[in-house]
Amino acid sequence: MALTPAGTTARAGVSNLGDRTWAAALVVFGGAVMVIAGLILLELGRESAPAWQRIGFLRFLVSSDWDPVQEKYGALPFIYGTLVTSAIAILVAVPVSVGLALFLSEMGPRKLRRPVAFAVEVLAAIPSVIFGLWGLFVLVPWLRTTVEPALQSAFGFLPLFQGPPIGLGYLAAGLILAVMILPTISSVTNEVLKTVPLALKEGALALGATRWEAIRMAVLPYARPGIVGAALLGLGRALGETMAVTMVIGNSPEIHASLFAPGYSLPAVIANEFAEATSDVYVGALAALALVLFGVTLILNAAAQLLLQAVARGPRRA
Amino acid sequence: MRSVRWRGFVNVVWTVICGLGVVFAVVPLASLLWLVVSRGVAGLTPSFFVSLPTPVGEPGGGVGNAIAGTFLLVGLASVVALPVGIGAGVYLAEKGDGKAGKLVRFTTEVLSGVPSIVIGIVAYGLAVVPMKRFSALAGGLALALLMVPTLARSTEEFVRLVPGALREASLALGVPAWRTSLLVVLRTAAGGIITAVLLAVARAAGETAPLLFTALNNQYWNFRPDQPTASLTVQIFNYAISPYEDWHAKAWTAALVLLILVGALNLLARILARNKMMEGA
Repeated sequence: MALTPAGTTARAGVSNLGDRTWAAALVVFGGAVMVIAGLILLELGRESAPAWQRIGFLRFLVSSDWDPVQEKYGALPFIYGTLVTSAIAILVAVPVSVGLALFLSEMGPRKLRRPVAFAVEVLAAIPSVIFGLWGLFVLVPWLRTTVEPALQSAFGFLPLFQGPPIGLGYLAAGLILAVMILPTISSVTNEVLKTVPLALKEGALALGATRWEAIRMAVLPYARPGIVGAALLGLGRALGETMAVTMVIGNSPEIHASLFAPGYSLPAVIANEFAEATSDVYVGALAALALVLFGVTLILNAAAQLLLQAVARGPRRA
Repeated sequence: MRSVRWRGFVNVVWTVICGLGVVFAVVPLASLLWLVVSRGVAGLTPSFFVSLPTPVGEPGGGVGNAIAGTFLLVGLASVVALPVGIGAGVYLAEKGDGKAGKLVRFTTEVLSGVPSIVIGIVAYGLAVVPMKRFSALAGGLALALLMVPTLARSTEEFVRLVPGALREASLALGVPAWRTSLLVVLRTAAGGIITAVLLAVARAAGETAPLLFTALNNQYWNFRPDQPTASLTVQIFNYAISPYEDWHAKAWTAALVLLILVGALNLLARILARNKMMEGA
């Protein structure tokens, strides 16, 4: 038989066909992710278009009047509520989660680490509507009868803690968000802490540092961008969390300085009003709120990913 | 230089502060689990699983249709999301190191942080508006859009765990690349991928927000994809925000049912993951 590649190409042709099909299928699946991203952007843009046209971008964002019956749509109370509750959540959850992550990776007694890690995983798996149920019937009454009166008598001179303590409001929503984003921040922080070169910590310990000193001087500085990334991921979750907030924030489209007052958040107003929105502009206004939310979480998540990738690569100078 | 004793004291103080972080996580969790169980268990009768909801004040009744609805919604979502999500994960593992792959991975990561309520609005525009009615299909679509990025990320991780030598051995024996991917690599990663699927399904079953205006709700049994459908989570929400004691009790019981469902899926995933790891070791 002549050494023509006929036979080999025929066989290779068959497998090439298979290989090419498989490669093409994979690219289609990978492309599907991009298509989903595109669809999200396109749909949000299309659905919110009537609102942008009728109301105008700036007026929509800075107006604080929300009265669909009068066709008044202002996003400010929701943006304010989302920011305030997320700020409370981050202020509470970041120190707690970093402490928790340090406990799990460095400081805690070894026997306790596994059960605590398991508890955090369980916390992460609980559906948000159950958090809301717990918040509504456990956290809110506790805030109303115990925490808010105590805060008021201690710091009542601050505008933050004035007004009747009704339980439902910014404080309740912020605290429940803190509990919900805690597993995210602590598990990502834990991963980041694992990337800290052992030699750094051991070096500090070998020089006579106590465990805390090694963490403060060697571990935390190295892990800092990663911890910021973890906090941003948590913030993204807090901004978009819907059910638990809807159930405890009080759902009143007003702006109050007091943390005890009932407010509203972007996801909560969408959850409550979207199914009943009748006019194009009303649907559009709610979709516009979703677009704002989408944009903010997108930026936060992208920033968090970049920070975490930078940590995973390790610092250039070292 | 501070004294050794002072530094030891500071060390203890910070250890205690880190311990307080643990308290802040564990106390709400314990309280939540305890209350869901203790308040929910009274209503947990066999008929709760199979009956339709009753009006306020009427004794009995259950969330049978909501449980069926949750299964229907998650089932519909899985039909679309499992192949696409797993496929995208394999793409990332096998071809994800180029420029396009990196872009897809970044998009996947970012998408998995998009709030579920936003996805609900997208599904509303894609399914509810053209069909002119709320439907299980729309709810399933919303859940599917949420599942794909999560599944893609975890599938990639598990496929990357498959040793390169295995793939190379198969290729060296003359097995075409596509058969190697399917029959050697994916089969080896199958245990991990099943774990990922279970976790994604558990997460989807616990979603509420994107269902509120896609699947809506239904007081009756529904098995048709083009009709509004009840779900456990939406039912819990409606019961919880109602002003009736009777319905609050049902909310706790339904929450217990949901917790058992989600917990079982998570437990199964953990057991599978552990077995897989031992095999590898």
